[in-house]
Amino acid sequence: MPPVGKRHYMRVRADMPPGHVRTPAYLRGKTGWVERVLGPFPNPEQLAYGHQGENLSLMRVRFTMGDIWGAAAENPQDTLDAEIYSHWLEPAEPPHAT
Amino acid sequence: MTQTDEPFDGRRWHDMGGQPAGPVPDDQHDFSIWEKRIDALMVISSTKGYFTVDGLRRVLEDMGPDAFDTMTYYERWMASINQNLIEAGVYSTAELAQKMSEVASRGNTYGDAAGG
Repeated sequence: MPPVGKRHYMRVRADMPPGHVRTPAYLRGKTGWVERVLGPFPNPEQLAYGHQGENLSLMRVRFTMGDIWGAAAENPQDTLDAEIYSHWLEPAEPPHAT
Repeated sequence: MTQTDEPFDGRRWHDMGGQPAGPVPDDQHDFSIWEKRIDALMVISSTKGYFTVDGLRRVLEDMGPDAFDTMTYYERWMASINQNLIEAGVYSTAELAQKMSEVASRGNTYGDAAGG
């Protein structure tokens, strides 16, 4: 886990399009940091409709349970990793004072 | 785990992460031959480039929660694979109807149908 000051924080876009997406709703609008870049993969949101998938960077993003669930988190320091395509991510400030 | 207090307007029914859930059933069963064939059909369809697992998921999601409650796992796969193959132009609805009629005419048992 990189030192807090070297983390690249990303916020998951809070969009809710009605079609097929691979970004879970409970992470939308939440901020984590890039654990690693997994490489380019074709966009599943295009593949799902029979189109060629544009190659996008897939990121493994690490969130703290506290940042996802707020006061409801049972163990706020526990982390959760999710693999999210780059078009769902935008650079962000750390979500809380650390 | 309780849901966050932020509403997720537009969250789709299949996107269940973080929602209240009951106990997780851990019972297993042997797969029937037709279930294995459905699984193999997905592998073949993907290998041939007709559609991807993303297309499989897209149709499963579009079936809605009723299908999730009333159909078994591979029944839903069968419906989704069929939808995707028709969309990919592998066969037409009329060709499917004709084939289903032919198979049904062979008999009611698996052995009768397979031996036709």
